Formats: sequence, structure tokens, C-alpha cells
Amino acid sequence: MSEPALGVSASPHVKGGDSTPTIMWSVVASLVPVVASAIYFFGPSAALLLAASCAGALATEMCFGQRGTRRLCDGSAAITGLLLGLTLPPGLPLWMAFLGGAFGIGFGKLVYGGLGQNVFNPALLGRAFLQAAFPVAITTWPVRAESWWSLRGDNFALPLMSPATQDAFSGATPLGLMKFEQTATSSWDLVLGTTAGSLGETSGLVILVCGLYLAVRRHLEWRIPASIFCTVALLAGGLHLLDAARYPGPVFTLFSGGLMLGAVYMATDMVTSPVTHRGCWIFGAGIGLLVIVIRLWGGLSEGVMYAILLMNALVPFINRATQPRVFGAIEAEGGS
Amino acid sequence: MRQTTPQQDLLRGLWRENPVLIQMLGLCPALAVTNNVENSLAMGLATFFVLCGSSLLVSLCKRWIPGEIRISVYILIIATFVTVADLCLAALLPDIHKALGAFIALIVVNCMILGRQEAFASRRPVGRALLDAVGTGAGFTLALVMLGGTREVLGSGSFLNVPLFGPSYEPWVVMILPPGGFLTLGVLLLGLAWWEERRRERVKAGGVPAGADMEPSPALGMSLSERASSRGDAA
Repeated sequence: MSEPALGVSASPHVKGGDSTPTIMWSVVASLVPVVASAIYFFGPSAALLLAASCAGALATEMCFGQRGTRRLCDGSAAITGLLLGLTLPPGLPLWMAFLGGAFGIGFGKLVYGGLGQNVFNPALLGRAFLQAAFPVAITTWPVRAESWWSLRGDNFALPLMSPATQDAFSGATPLGLMKFEQTATSSWDLVLGTTAGSLGETSGLVILVCGLYLAVRRHLEWRIPASIFCTVALLAGGLHLLDAARYPGPVFTLFSGGLMLGAVYMATDMVTSPVTHRGCWIFGAGIGLLVIVIRLWGGLSEGVMYAILLMNALVPFINRATQPRVFGAIEAEGGS
Repeated sequence: MRQTTPQQDLLRGLWRENPVLIQMLGLCPALAVTNNVENSLAMGLATFFVLCGSSLLVSLCKRWIPGEIRISVYILIIATFVTVADLCLAALLPDIHKALGAFIALIVVNCMILGRQEAFASRRPVGRALLDAVGTGAGFTLALVMLGGTREVLGSGSFLNVPLFGPSYEPWVVMILPPGGFLTLGVLLLGLAWWEERRRERVKAGGVPAGADMEPSPALGMSLSERASSRGDAA
């Protein structure tokens, strides 16, 4: 019995070194600067909130996830927890963050069958649940605290209890100021992130750099954020030219709110984004269009979350519509 | 047709073949009006009344109802009792009547009621039909109160309008909105399916305790034809 001269094996024949855990952990690593800037801007509140939402996500994954797999080590629940935490306002009670993480993993991922099966981005689903359940708490934005060490709100409210009211301290995000008071924030503040907002909503520049790192390592589909940025910049620019007093310019639109975080980290979730290149461009354009529509003509000041969730629902159709032609295949005649 | 004892007829609808939780019938009212216990209870009892009345009448008149137009006749009978329930609620409990709104009138098209007439009341003696209606109606009310209770406790922090957690409770607004109905029902069904699976594993493991019923489980044990017949052709 000698080795056959011609090896026969099933495809794929060329494999990369990446696996789910390596990709996931590299995304977590790329989030470190974003987390650091959130802590820099919002102090201990940011660290506590991120820890609480991660704890919620990891605990749910551990209790209800599939048994017998290295489920906690693949890093996907940690990413969900971190991303959810980054979408929360710094003054939110910790129990709400925990609940959001648990809901995101439980109802955003596990009920669909676990990693790779979910339709919607789990972190955004957790955030959408919190938005629907606690609409007041999640839109309360504290202004900068007197010292870095002080909490930015009633983080330690007892479970199920509402946070102490802080009307005197609640500030407004640049988007809220623009929408409801027609006050613009300076572009430089927006790019650096020294504005009020959610933990990850502020430091656009840092997120962009981290996204570039991921794109270079090919762990991120660069076409999706590129498509979102192009659509948003074109639409915002066009509208700004039409009526500069009413519609903010492209720089403001790109760097305000959660657009950077959403475009770079949420829309590019490998599970819930299209698989074809053409599909990615369509997906990103749809998100950009919805963001502009919701921000300018909707009732909310920020629309990135709903834009991404809505486009997530369309991903199967985008995938089907953009199937590439198989090499050598001939179009069926008559189109039957 | 399966032979059943009177006890089975009465108890079956309560839990093992619960119309909402197992057969998934009558989901419209179960999702629409269960934002608190009071409304759920009123809706459940109104449906209970309509179901008992129509089962009784259909079973009494089954000999004279021509097969070709039986569905229309059932609907007429059901609509009569719905009108009675509607007017009674409007006269006695105007607040609840207002809260339930169109859903009282919509009991007419509750497929669970029509299903019981078609599948059971039109083929059985009066006593059995009434027992079945009582069991099924009670099961429906039970399911609605479970849904309404969960939603009220989380969404308003109270049970039957009695505050449970004190003034600083943060209500989960989403639970008294329509999505809360879907979420609660989903979680309830998930819990039941999990419990049923555990029970089956225990039975399969061989340790069947004496006296444990060996009947096929309600959730998944019914054969397809049984399911179809218990749902009724028209539902």
C-alpha cells in the first residue's frame, strides 16, 4: 500500500489561518482604544457600564448557550457586551446595562440558534430593547462632571428601580441640539469627541483609526463603512447646499451621534451583513439613506440603530439579489 | 373518534391542550388586550361565557343544523352570545368595556371558539360539550391572566392595580406595548417547551414513577390529524 500519487480531497483546498476566535479577539483588541477613550471622557461610569453589559452578555451566553463548545472563549459575546456598552449613555443604571446585554445575547443570538444564525446585530437589539423599555433613562445625557472621578449619573440605582432624577445635569447631544434647538457644534469638537453623548458616540477619530486597523487585517469588510460614509456625505452635502440653515453639513453628519461606531463596528458584523461585494455596497447605501431620513425628518434625533436593524432584515434578500454568475454559466433563455 | 372520560373532557383544555399555550388558537386577543391583569381577566371571562353558551346551544341543536351551512349557523350562535357579553360589559363595567374596545366584538371570529364547536360540541352530548367548554374557557382565561400578569408586573410594577415595588420602580414601558405581548408569549412558550422536553427526557430515562400518566404529551405528542381535528376545519 503506497501513497497515491494524486491526492484527492474535498474543497476548500486553500485555507487561511483565521478562525472565529482569532477574528473575534482581534476585534476586541481593536476596541481597546475606543474603550480607553470612553473611559477618558466619561470616567469610572464608562468602565462600570461596559463591565455590566459585558457581564450580562457573558452570563447569558454561559447559562443558555450551547453546551460542549468553547462558547465563552470565541469572544463573540464579549464583543456584543462591549458594543452594547458603547451605545449607552454614561449615566445609565448598571442593572439596565446588564439587562440589555442579557437581552441582546438571549433574544438577539441564542433564540436563533447561536453564533452565525442571528438575523439582527445582537448588541443593537439589546440597545433597541432598552430604548423601548426605558425611553427616559436612555436619552438622559449628563454634561461633563466636575472631576474625572465622579460618576456621570445614578449608575448604582437598585435593580428595577429608577435612577435619581438629574434634570439639572442633563445636557444634550450635538444631534439633539441641532434638531431641537438649531444649534451647531463645532466640527473640531465632534472629530475629537469632546461632546456629550453615549460612551462610543463621541470619539469619531479613534473609531476611524481602529476601523482602518481592522480593515487592513481584513477582519472588516471595508466596503460597508465606505458605502455608508459616501451615501451620508453625498446626501448631507446635497441637502446642505440646498438649505444650509436647516440641514447640517457632511462633516457634522458623519462625526455626530453613533454613525462612526455603527458604520465601523455594527454594520460590519460578519453574521448580519451581506456576503457579496455588490450586496455590501447596497447594504451600506441603504443604511446611509435611512440614517439621513430618520435624522432629518423622523421624530428621533439619532437613527443609526434603527437604520442598521432595518437593513439587517433585508440582508437575505440582498444576498439573493446579488448572487454572482457562476463561472461559465449561461443565462437561461426566456427567464423562466 | 377517541373515547374520552368526562374528567378528560373537563381537564384537557385547562392545561394539556390549552388553547393559547399549546394549540396556539385565539392569539389575537391573547396578544392585544393582555397589557394588564384586569383586562386579561375580563377578556378571558367574556370568552368563557361565549364559549360555554355556544357549545351548549350547538350541542343541543346539532341534529337540526344542516352540514352545508353549519359554519354560518355556528357563527350566528356565537355572535348572539358575543352581543350579550358586549352589552352586559358595557352596562356593568363601562371602563373595562372601553379598554377592551373592538376586541369584545372580535370574539365572534375567535378561531378557538369556532374550533370547539366544529370539533367537539357538534358531535358530543350536551353534558360533555359543556364540560369541554368550561375546561377550554378556563384554560384560555388562565393563559391570558398569565400573560397579563407578567406584562403588568414588569410594565407597570403592579398586579391587579396594586403597586408591588413602591414608587421608585422603573416600569419597562415596552412590556405594555404590543412588542411586550409577543415577547411574553414567546418566553412563555419557550419555558413550556423546555419543561416538556425535560419531562420527556425523564420519562425516556426509564424512571417512570408509578401513577405518572403515559398519555402522549400535549405540546408535541398529538398526531397531525388529532391536531387538525382539535383545531376544527374552519379555524
